[in-house]
Amino acid sequence: MNNPYLPWEAEVVERVQESDSIFTLRLRLTDPEARNHYHFVPGQFNMVYLYGVGEVAISIVSDPESDALLDHTIRAVGRVTHGLARLQAGERVGVRGPFGRGWPMALAEGRDVFIVTGGLGCAPVVGVINYVLARRARFGRICIVQGVKHAEDMIWRERYAEWSAHPDVQVLLAAEHGGVLWPWHVGLATELFDQAVVEPSRTIVMMCGPEGMMRAAAKGLMQRGIAPAEIYLSMERNMQCGVGHCGHCQFGGSFICRNGPVYRYSEVQALLGVKGF
Amino acid sequence: MTEPPFLFLPRERFQALLDTLAAQGFHCTGPRLHDGTIVYAELAQANQLPRGVRDRQAPGEYRIEAGADARCFAWANGAQGLKPYLFAPQEVLWQAERHAGQTQFHETLPEARPIAFIGARACDLAALALQDAHFLQQAYVDPYYARRRENLFIVAVDCGHPAATCFCVSTGDGPAASAGYDIALAELEEGYVARAGNARGQGVLEQLALAPASAVQLDSATRQNQQAVSVQTRQLPSRNLHDVLFAQLEHPRWEEVAERCLSCGNCTSVCPTCFCHKEQEQPQLDGTRSEHVREWDSCFTQGHSYIHGIVVRSETKFRYRQWLTHKLGSWHEQYGRSGCVGCGRCITWCPVGIDLTEEVAAICGDANE
Repeated sequence: MNNPYLPWEAEVVERVQESDSIFTLRLRLTDPEARNHYHFVPGQFNMVYLYGVGEVAISIVSDPESDALLDHTIRAVGRVTHGLARLQAGERVGVRGPFGRGWPMALAEGRDVFIVTGGLGCAPVVGVINYVLARRARFGRICIVQGVKHAEDMIWRERYAEWSAHPDVQVLLAAEHGGVLWPWHVGLATELFDQAVVEPSRTIVMMCGPEGMMRAAAKGLMQRGIAPAEIYLSMERNMQCGVGHCGHCQFGGSFICRNGPVYRYSEVQALLGVKGF
Repeated sequence: MTEPPFLFLPRERFQALLDTLAAQGFHCTGPRLHDGTIVYAELAQANQLPRGVRDRQAPGEYRIEAGADARCFAWANGAQGLKPYLFAPQEVLWQAERHAGQTQFHETLPEARPIAFIGARACDLAALALQDAHFLQQAYVDPYYARRRENLFIVAVDCGHPAATCFCVSTGDGPAASAGYDIALAELEEGYVARAGNARGQGVLEQLALAPASAVQLDSATRQNQQAVSVQTRQLPSRNLHDVLFAQLEHPRWEEVAERCLSCGNCTSVCPTCFCHKEQEQPQLDGTRSEHVREWDSCFTQGHSYIHGIVVRSETKFRYRQWLTHKLGSWHEQYGRSGCVGCGRCITWCPVGIDLTEEVAAICGDANE
């Protein structure tokens, strides 16, 4: 019987420091057979295991088709992620996955893609952005809106510049608390929606970030004529098993690790942002 | 199709049932009196059963008392049920070993030890069906649970003496066993009316060469069951409280119950359907090996809802609300029925005597006004 709890060994091929606390581990499964059978879609995640410490759920940000490496962008915040931060190229970890339901990339083809991210939690949509830009001709206009609380929370400034250099890609940034070196909007990300050049009738939305922000964003987008059924978002909760058994990620009746983490807005709307769920 | 025959197992032949099961390779496990409570443990001899034992249960209270007769199953469930025999309270899932910079993973599936579980009650069989749905019938099969489940033989005993905390009639799960057993017994003064639930159970009963139960014995069993139905006073207002509970998320009762609740997790430990578990690491001191262990967890702990530095359910009122809205509400979305089987354990074993049926009545009662 296939054991969904058992990790494969993976090698850290490269480690990239993205900011003070954020880093990317580029992993390769060491077993060639496991590597051949491993397929994922953007928005899915792996359980990454650090020897002697434990596992943590991390979304996969690399390209599902063009690259044999599995990139995981991680913020050092807890016990396992602080330990992962100390890994160097050549060291070994464990990987189980991919788990969950990813972004509706097939549905997004030929459409305008509107991406909203907030706070520091943008890893799940970075995979989407990379995917879409690598296949630029298959999608319509792209609009990326990112909001942060403080100007210094914004990482990857150079990456935003690189993204906006692509044709018909718009990047709109906002910080609630700007600063002398903050050239963009000071206020909420939702206040930038009027500047977005997309055609509401052919737009698909993908969001991740704080739930309050996503709630406000969904409302703002619907007011601008985007159908609720075209709004997708990625949810986060404590995940320990990845297969819908351990119970930690339950959100109402849904197991986020198995039924999500990507949902249509209507599926999670009722409890989104409700304290305690 | 004919009804399976009702046979009669005289009390003095109970040992023959245990011996027959043992001869088929099963380790018999059954109820025994231990430290003033009824627990399940190895049962090689019929005289190890809790003969003449009664129980008294109330919110936050459990006492064993002496009865006047020879009955061995004249009590309602204690804290423990079937659950730990399938979903282990603690087990190693796999081991990681490190040699020369490489890491190897080895699964540690449990030994396939056939168990005959004697004395399962209807509420626990309903709970077993729910645990099966959770661990075996979704997108991923849990191989640890599956290994134990494959080797389980169940002898159910209809509950003739529900406790004051029981409400299985209200949830539709008891007091008589209706499905999920190999053999079911109804205990009478002089022995047991026995019925097979499947061919495997039938085979065991045939080996015992029992006489059919008499009309008087069948009538006695029926009246006993009616009595067990009629003594239950606690109940839930409906079998599906999903919409009512989710419409009452801001009810003041959540705050009120949180002032009494210790957030200790006793209710989730004794609940036969609770499936939450945490995974943690136990590295060896010499650094060459690490065990990945899973252990029962509870939505009443702080760690249950922890995510990157935040505790989603930081307050007890959120934890109690999570437990109740899940157990009686969102279970319907997950498994098509309530997660409560009416066993009443959460009421008996709550150290401050919080009564789930009372809380539900308070929260849902206002909704009906």
